[in-house]
Amino acid sequence: MSSVANAVVGLFNGFFEWFGELGIFSWRVLTAAITPPYEWRELIRQLDEVGSKSLPLVAMAGAAIGIVISLEARYSLARFGAKSMFPATLVYSVVQVMGPVITGLVVSGRVGAGMGAELASMKVTEQIDAIEASAINSYRLLAATRILACILMLPLLTLATDACALLTGWFAQSLAGPLSFHQFISSGFSGATFNAFLPQTFKTAVYGLIIGLIACFQGMRTRGGAAGVGRAATSSVVLASLFLILSDVVMVKFILVFFS
Amino acid sequence: MATAYDITTKQAATGQDSPVPVIAVENVFKSFGSQRVLNGMSLHVKQGETLAVLGRSGTGKSVLLRLIIGLDTPDSGSIRIHGKDIAGLALDRLGEIRKKMGFLFQQAALYDSLTVAGNVAFPLEHHRREMSRSERSDRVTQLLAEVGMSGDFEKMPSDISGGMQKRVGLARALALEPEILLLDEPTAGLDPISSGEIDELILKLQRERQMASIVVTHDLHSAKTIAGRLALLNEGNVVIDGTFEDLEQSNIAFVRDFLKQS
Repeated sequence: MSSVANAVVGLFNGFFEWFGELGIFSWRVLTAAITPPYEWRELIRQLDEVGSKSLPLVAMAGAAIGIVISLEARYSLARFGAKSMFPATLVYSVVQVMGPVITGLVVSGRVGAGMGAELASMKVTEQIDAIEASAINSYRLLAATRILACILMLPLLTLATDACALLTGWFAQSLAGPLSFHQFISSGFSGATFNAFLPQTFKTAVYGLIIGLIACFQGMRTRGGAAGVGRAATSSVVLASLFLILSDVVMVKFILVFFS
Repeated sequence: MATAYDITTKQAATGQDSPVPVIAVENVFKSFGSQRVLNGMSLHVKQGETLAVLGRSGTGKSVLLRLIIGLDTPDSGSIRIHGKDIAGLALDRLGEIRKKMGFLFQQAALYDSLTVAGNVAFPLEHHRREMSRSERSDRVTQLLAEVGMSGDFEKMPSDISGGMQKRVGLARALALEPEILLLDEPTAGLDPISSGEIDELILKLQRERQMASIVVTHDLHSAKTIAGRLALLNEGNVVIDGTFEDLEQSNIAFVRDFLKQS
């Protein structure tokens, strides 16, 4: 019985310790990020790493969800005699729900794992210590640049996902029946306001913060050689995806309250 | 008006007979979990002096270097660099002190995404921003020539041997012209010829630059070659601190055992 109690206490301790360390890490990154010298070159490299190199993947994911939603929506709307609602259904479901979440999860998988593993590998081979020993702030050089790149790139990647999904969704629909692109767009966006789309797109900056922060934190606190690197990569993806979905619950409610 | 601290610091930076040692470790304790690694250790190193820290594996030699450069913090005791206690300093203040130190890691810890030249240029790019690209390139060329790596600028760290990696690590450690050099097992894992070459290199650098150096090693031959003073550690404390002759003449059982086994 006492061993079960010890395990539960240990679990609670670990839980609060993790959040405490994350808080300290976040504070160090924040103070490093807002004070000079700024690491512009590394930031540009990370923007390329997160943005350009994720673009093909999110574009393909967007294209795939566009086709899937198109096929599913056509069938469902036809059952209720609401086929004319197809463009708006596709536009709203892609831009408001699927585009941001799919982009977040795809980037979390690609970038989160990559960053987690890269930083963990640098940690276990003492490269991060070497950076610190050279009087260079590793929070500024490694973490702040990566997190900022994720924050800046996620909304742009989401726009790319949305564009690809709408294109393939329209294309799939146009194969089933006559529907010009102009008709699709004007019908899909008729009556739409900026408030309906912009908050949903820009909330992905928060996804970027979560992905970058978790990946850098898990990577830079790694211990234990190759096994530690593997654990850091896995935990980066799992935790970033989990927190991303949980944050979406909060943000959707927030957006509904303040932007509807 | 110069304060007493300013005067002693300046003296420490310029004179071998300075009253303030460049590195002063005073009564330092350090534990990791329940394991006590350093147990009230005290050490001093003056300008131009090389101290070799010897001891069995796990006696806290590498931890000592990590404490001196501020990568870890002591549980208690003080570590003073040029008379200034580094414990509890903010990262940026600590950075200013670290700029005066060069650190060679046991496994060299070269940045694996950068070339040999990129590794050496790295500290210069961050701390000598006023240098033009050609000046930086000239400095990298000079540093790599000094450590005998003239022909390998564009190689990646994974493409060179362990001994070559240590040379590059040494060139990187010297990039900012440090006043203090900390070397963690510079000859570990190297063949006798490469070890001898690294020892020669360290001796040459010491003669030319007159840095305060601490060399952590378990290689007694290497320690005898490069250091004027040796400190032997056991169970987290200094058993004896003196010249090699002092060690040879010691009656302490641990010292005699260590010399016999080495």
